[in-house]
Amino acid sequence: MTVSRRNFLKASGALVVSFSAASLARPFAFVQGPFDTHPSHIDPKKLDSWIAVSADGTVTAYTGKCDFGQGMFTVQTQLVAEELCVPLNCVKLVQCDTSVAPDQGTTSGSQSTPTNFNSDNLAQAAATAREALINMAAKQWNEPEDQLTVTDGVITGKSGRKTTYAELIGSKRFDLPLSATAKRRSPAQWTVLGKPVRALETAALMTGQFEFVHNVRVPGMLHGRVVRPPEVGATVASVDEVSIKQIPEFVKVVVRNNFVGVVAEKQWQAVQAARQLKVKWNPGPGLPPQKTFFESLRKQPSQDTLLVDSENVEQQLATARTVVHATYVYPYQMHGSLGTSCAVADVKPDHTTVWSATQSVYPTRSIVAKLLGLPLESMRVVYVRGSGCYGLNGADAVSIDAALLSQATGKPVRVQLSRQDEMAWENFGAACVIEQRAGIDEKQTIVAWDCETWSTSKGGRPGYDRPGNVISGVLLGNAPEEVKPRPAAEPRNELRNRSNLAPSYIAGCVNGTCRGAGTVRSERVLAHTVASPFFTGPLRSPLRIQNTFAHECFMDELSARVKADPVAFRLQHLSDTRVIDVLKAAARAAHWEERPSPKSNLSHSGTVTGRGIACVAYEGNNGYTALIAEVSVDLDSGRITPKSFTVAVDCGPISNPDGLRNQTEGGILQGMSRALVEEVTWNDKRVTSIDWEGYNSLYLDLELPRIDITLINRPDVPATGAGETAITVVPAAIGNAIFDATGIRLREVPFTAERFRAALQAADVRSNQ
Amino acid sequence: MNKISLKVNGKLHTVELEPETPLLFVLSDEIGLRGPKFGCGMAQCGACTVILRSQVVRSCVMPLSAVGQDEITTLEGLGTPEKPHPIQQTFIDEGAAQCGFCLSGVILTAKAVLDQKPEASDQEIGEALGGVLCRCFVHQRMLRAIRKYADARKA
Repeated sequence: MTVSRRNFLKASGALVVSFSAASLARPFAFVQGPFDTHPSHIDPKKLDSWIAVSADGTVTAYTGKCDFGQGMFTVQTQLVAEELCVPLNCVKLVQCDTSVAPDQGTTSGSQSTPTNFNSDNLAQAAATAREALINMAAKQWNEPEDQLTVTDGVITGKSGRKTTYAELIGSKRFDLPLSATAKRRSPAQWTVLGKPVRALETAALMTGQFEFVHNVRVPGMLHGRVVRPPEVGATVASVDEVSIKQIPEFVKVVVRNNFVGVVAEKQWQAVQAARQLKVKWNPGPGLPPQKTFFESLRKQPSQDTLLVDSENVEQQLATARTVVHATYVYPYQMHGSLGTSCAVADVKPDHTTVWSATQSVYPTRSIVAKLLGLPLESMRVVYVRGSGCYGLNGADAVSIDAALLSQATGKPVRVQLSRQDEMAWENFGAACVIEQRAGIDEKQTIVAWDCETWSTSKGGRPGYDRPGNVISGVLLGNAPEEVKPRPAAEPRNELRNRSNLAPSYIAGCVNGTCRGAGTVRSERVLAHTVASPFFTGPLRSPLRIQNTFAHECFMDELSARVKADPVAFRLQHLSDTRVIDVLKAAARAAHWEERPSPKSNLSHSGTVTGRGIACVAYEGNNGYTALIAEVSVDLDSGRITPKSFTVAVDCGPISNPDGLRNQTEGGILQGMSRALVEEVTWNDKRVTSIDWEGYNSLYLDLELPRIDITLINRPDVPATGAGETAITVVPAAIGNAIFDATGIRLREVPFTAERFRAALQAADVRSNQ
Repeated sequence: MNKISLKVNGKLHTVELEPETPLLFVLSDEIGLRGPKFGCGMAQCGACTVILRSQVVRSCVMPLSAVGQDEITTLEGLGTPEKPHPIQQTFIDEGAAQCGFCLSGVILTAKAVLDQKPEASDQEIGEALGGVLCRCFVHQRMLRAIRKYADARKA
């Protein structure tokens, strides 16, 4: 580490690390990292692992949380500038490079802000560095530290003496541990954080200068493509390498177990080789029919978790005045990155580099080393931004692909997946069935809430040692993490609502400690995980969007049953003040008219409009939002058109209001696409939604709804995530608005025109009977 | 293999490639441009968009042999970070990106339609963008940036 880091510093802020194989061959002093990570050669407890000040005063900061378009590069740069009291342009941020950055696991789960912006890690390192520098100056001048001030990297003493960071430490190491007591600058003092800052890469992006992983070019680089099985579970019978010998500048066919790839001098030849290579495949076991899939889910053996159980739900339901029962269905959905996944690998026996858009550089390094049979210490994974991923897209799989093909050819190889390979084999967002029952008493209060969910799972993030969790690892003979059927144990630990399994309206009491956001004390939440025929993995708001869709629509059904206003009925059953505050803020901003849903005097033809609300405490305590959707529904065509969204967001202290707005706007519209059109489809053998004709997404010609955002800034509490909160409530808010407009309750996403028409016809039939 | 000359962003390049090679691979691999990108290879998303003969072209499905002598303009051909084209400037002003992978499709398609019809209505601009995908859904900012550019162009 020391050698490469010194070289790095000498490069004076250049973003390319000079890196010698010799430095890597040295023995590493491994230390156990935090963040559920593995021991790493870069000790997160040491200040030098995070912050370096060069001779020209430039501050270089190293982070294990990377930017894939959600704004982490800019906002972490702001953070370091703020804590060190230097201008934004004096900070150079190096993100997610296993040769120089600490292991912070995976950039995911709305955890980057909580991890790096509170009282640990990057924030604490920057605060430690500022205090250390002030301390150095104070000692030099023999003045009390609290008399010194810092502006723009210049420390001024009581006597008016001045010195710079560069003079104090330039290019030297701090050799200090992270100080747990270093004081973060308070939001009241902020001059860089908390201000709206446009993403620093904006101009480079707009002018085509920005380097994506797709643009990485290495001397002598070849182009690879993979040949994935034609159906789920198919295995290689034979490969006819002669079938592509006629392709000019073709280099090699690589077959390992069920992994098949081709390498050529040029990308076009690799594409042709992958298309033309004759591979005989043994058929797979077949897929369950999509039509009956959701019913069949409940009959599968399952791995069960009981989140909370007051053990009196059945009695309460039996004596309740009204019992409402509804089942919700959420389909598999895709990350559907705009660019197919791509990686470049240069595998050499003593020194390998993988340029990857993975969210997990250290875990990917571990996986690739394992699969290639190479020492971990010889392996470097460098994050380079890919197409927006929204979770576990094909980035990890293609990194494995590129590394394998590079190892087989002894040359650097770039692999970009075909659209079909990306969409057929990515780790989909899980399909879910969610069954809700609730009892209401004569005072129109919910007295019991029972929620039982079935979600699908196969594989997931590979982590440090599970290559079989993504397609490439499985093709190489590794098993995915499978569902292990087992009954639920009694809930023991206090409620952690990480997957938003628990609705906001239950008290969430376990052993007398109540961690729920609501008031309903007769409560049970039981989750079943069943085996998925397809790979699944985290997709923006994983399980949270599915569960919240069911909870917030069901709450609307309960409000309707007692003819209560949906906002008032929610407030009646909430205890968490932050959820209450976003709910009230959204209602205020939307000029919410207090009345029950659906509207009175429902129309039976033409276009009708309605409003719906949904709210959530994301992951229980990692961001708060409430959203009001106004939609119009064309009763003749069934077409649903959102007209406006009014959203209130609370993520604690706001680090970059512009970034937060961008995430909120994008999250809402992505949620709208997922609510209205997105759904993975399959036949008896394979996934059929494998391009943009098969998998629907809203294009840029959509009729744009108005988006009105209220940001609630709370400088006095810890920072939470913000990239996944808004999207979480969109399907429910739209579903509730459809009900308000039409009296039709859609309990299955996506809300397509056909689905709405079918529900309308079924309702007509019922009312005529 | 044929020797083929093509003019890109004001510069002449000669490449020796199979004539069926998609233009996108020539631009990204031979000429080293970063603007046009492979999104789908099927002209469904717009990430590979370039301008040729005043029209937007999906370079992932256009064979090199069909390009001819006319100049190709890619996203980097419009302007630079120091001196962006006015439409790039309005996108910068609006912060109209997240990951940024789609920008060739969005910016060039909007520019082409407004070059052809400066008075284009929001609906006409929308229709032109009907085949362009942005999966981060930065639609609000992008359409605002396009509208600003269109208004400034008229003024």
